[in-house]
Amino acid sequence: MAQITVEDLSKRYTIAQRDPGIAGALRGLFHRRTREIIALDRVSFSLEHGELLGFIGPNGAGKSTTIKILSGILRPSGGRCTVDGRVPWVERIAHVARIGVVFGQRTQLWWDLPIVESFELLRDIYRVPEADYKRSRDQLVDMLKISALLDVPLRQLSLGQRMRCEIASALLHSPSILFLDEPTIGLDAVSKLAVRDFVKMLNRERGVTVILTTHDMHDIEALAKRVIIIGNGKLLKDSSFEAMRDEVLGERRLIVEFAEDIGAIGFDGATEKHREGRSVEFAFDPARMPAHVLINAIASHHAVADIRVEDPKIEEVIARFYALHGAVES
Amino acid sequence: MTGLALYGRYILVSLRSEMLYPTSFLFRLVSQFLVTVIEFAGLWALFARFNHIGGWKFGEVAVFYAVASIAFAIADGLSRGFDVVGPLFVKTGNFDRILLRPRSTALQITGHDFALSSAGRLTQGVLAGVVAVSILKPEWGVFQILLLLWGIAGGASLFFALKVFEGTLSFWTVQGLEVANTLTYGGEAAAQYPLDIYASWFRKFLIYFVPIACSLYFPVALVLGRSTIAPWLAALAPATGFVFLAIGLAGWRAGIAHYTSTGS
Amino acid sequence: MNPALARPYLAVLSARFSLMLQYRTAAWAGVATQFWFGAIRVMILAAFYASSTGKAPISLSQSITYVWLGQAFLAMLPWAADPDIANAANSGDVGYERLRPIDTYFLWFARALAWRIANTSLRAGPVFVLAAIGMPLLGLHKWAWQMPASTSAAVLFVVSIGLTALLSSAMTVILNVVVTALKTVRAAALSMSLVNLFSGLIIPLALMPGWAQPFLFWQPFAGLADIPYRIYFGNLSGTHALEGLAAQALWIVLIGLGGRAWLARVIARIDMQGS
Repeated sequence: MAQITVEDLSKRYTIAQRDPGIAGALRGLFHRRTREIIALDRVSFSLEHGELLGFIGPNGAGKSTTIKILSGILRPSGGRCTVDGRVPWVERIAHVARIGVVFGQRTQLWWDLPIVESFELLRDIYRVPEADYKRSRDQLVDMLKISALLDVPLRQLSLGQRMRCEIASALLHSPSILFLDEPTIGLDAVSKLAVRDFVKMLNRERGVTVILTTHDMHDIEALAKRVIIIGNGKLLKDSSFEAMRDEVLGERRLIVEFAEDIGAIGFDGATEKHREGRSVEFAFDPARMPAHVLINAIASHHAVADIRVEDPKIEEVIARFYALHGAVES
Repeated sequence: MTGLALYGRYILVSLRSEMLYPTSFLFRLVSQFLVTVIEFAGLWALFARFNHIGGWKFGEVAVFYAVASIAFAIADGLSRGFDVVGPLFVKTGNFDRILLRPRSTALQITGHDFALSSAGRLTQGVLAGVVAVSILKPEWGVFQILLLLWGIAGGASLFFALKVFEGTLSFWTVQGLEVANTLTYGGEAAAQYPLDIYASWFRKFLIYFVPIACSLYFPVALVLGRSTIAPWLAALAPATGFVFLAIGLAGWRAGIAHYTSTGS
Repeated sequence: MNPALARPYLAVLSARFSLMLQYRTAAWAGVATQFWFGAIRVMILAAFYASSTGKAPISLSQSITYVWLGQAFLAMLPWAADPDIANAANSGDVGYERLRPIDTYFLWFARALAWRIANTSLRAGPVFVLAAIGMPLLGLHKWAWQMPASTSAAVLFVVSIGLTALLSSAMTVILNVVVTALKTVRAAALSMSLVNLFSGLIIPLALMPGWAQPFLFWQPFAGLADIPYRIYFGNLSGTHALEGLAAQALWIVLIGLGGRAWLARVIARIDMQGS
């Protein structure tokens, strides 16, 4: 029995339009124009206990809308959805008591309070028994290394520190599902790694189901075995990350540093992508021309100083995917 | 932790936040005291010039003033959350976080900000009450005191309901609504004076439409021995405040339904 | 004066107007509020006048006109510091104000003036229509906003209200400085009450005890409401009217200079400490 099921989920919005300038503003005093936006168009998927799902798509594609519906704070216009057997927006209180949500750009902690006091307030809000709270808190503090921050008010912490405290706060009540909305945005490299390691551990060792929304593809690469791509409100892809990558961009890159100046060269099965001085980047399809064959072909004809093979950058993969499916920012 | 206990916790959090800035806190306390004195001085000055209003003397009007101020102060102190729910929560999308907590949204909003500044108005009301009692030297028994308290409770409920109503409207317009302010601040301003000095259309409005008079006029008039309606009616009237509260909370739930349909 | 110099300040005024027109429901609701409070005050004053014997320094109809003027020009008074500046003070961003290539005092003054004028224009019109035109049409002439006492009164009134705008802006800048210096926005409560009482909005200053009148005339808040309104219905006329204008001008200069000096000190501290 899947933990989360989503069937034909749809969401439509009507928004007001305002004309520019003072004349438009005056007209707006008396009459309103509206237009309709389709945020989600019959999206369906399901999630088992303990899965870690990466949720990606251009801005405005419908990711946040889906997350909001799953967390129970937004009602869909059509379709069905159950989480742990409950309909999120119908049984709100029972549902939210069992989930944790982290918004990357907002905090649920109290600005002026020392972190531990925010934790205590959350303990009371979520009605966590004292013993469970202490155990949970101590573990989280230890794993996220925030013990030195407990007596510090939120406003005095750096962004990386805040995010670690934020994640801890979302888990104090031991939820079975964790929603992460852009958790690494704005963080420095060390904090990003810390967050990723923690989420990985949470999912692999503790079996917490995780849904991760992000623009940072390295988050996806590090964490998500499965990705769902949303574009223009539609579900474009639901597969493992590798499968998606292979489908979109079944190519690799060969970067050759030639020992001498070189003119245009062509090889069957390889196209020149980029050139800078004596360094040339080729794209090739490993299915048609294995790497070693290509390397041999180049090295036997030219003096070569250095060679390396690379996979295409993830951003390129995703951008290519969006382009293939006409998924644009909106 | 029960809802009430949680609310107590929220109050403590608010107070602690305020105390973090001791100079500002002290400054406000002092200025509130002065505010108290100044506003009451305005009332006194009017009576110094004109000896009575509609047959009511200063001491009697001071009782109305006291009851209205205290009722409003209680409601005001508790309902600051609803004042700011529009700009602070709905407009910013932070209301999502309120919905993500397994508690009643009304409780969370009520607990958002316990306004110490309403203590200023409370002192104003108490001061007016003290002045009134020292002038009138009334012979009030338990029944009269209870009736006044009951009126205050009804009035506070009504003001609170109006604030909830204002907060609810912010789900639709996302801009703080002065309409409700008109009724709350305006209602308090009107109730500071005995109702019978106003034009009849206004009186009817304050009795039947927004029944402030039911809590802040009729019981008080009864206590002062100048009731124009049957005593049992005057004594029962403050219940309207609680009816309004129930309506207000029902409206709030409708507002939540709207918010969850349209998103942030 | 080079018109190009005025451009940033005119831009501020236009932006403020646009912002206000966006909130249409608030605009309509604001008018309702003003009318309600005006109506309450009028009824209270009428009840007082009806109960008393003997002469009051201003008549009931003058008091009533006073109340309506007060409601129409309510937004003109310096109720609070500029909220953007208050926010900047709270979050420690005031240093950024210094990045703009304009004199900070005049920028704040222009913002305050724009704010006051924009807010007032939106409210004054409807209140005037309701109280000065609508009410007489409904046969409520006794409760209505009366016309000015004479043409000269009207002219002097316009001048006086102009001075009120300047005075109010100068006071608003003082509030801005207070908020910036104390890094908190909560200083408003006391100033609101002072403004309320001493400008005459709670009760017309003329109705206060006789022994207080000279003091009440020369205190700075009188110029915010009491002086222009009394000029309007002729209670202050001739030389007295000019005295009133002089009092307003005096306070504009004093508060303006004082505010400027204080701001300079606060800014010096900000430049040194970074916030």
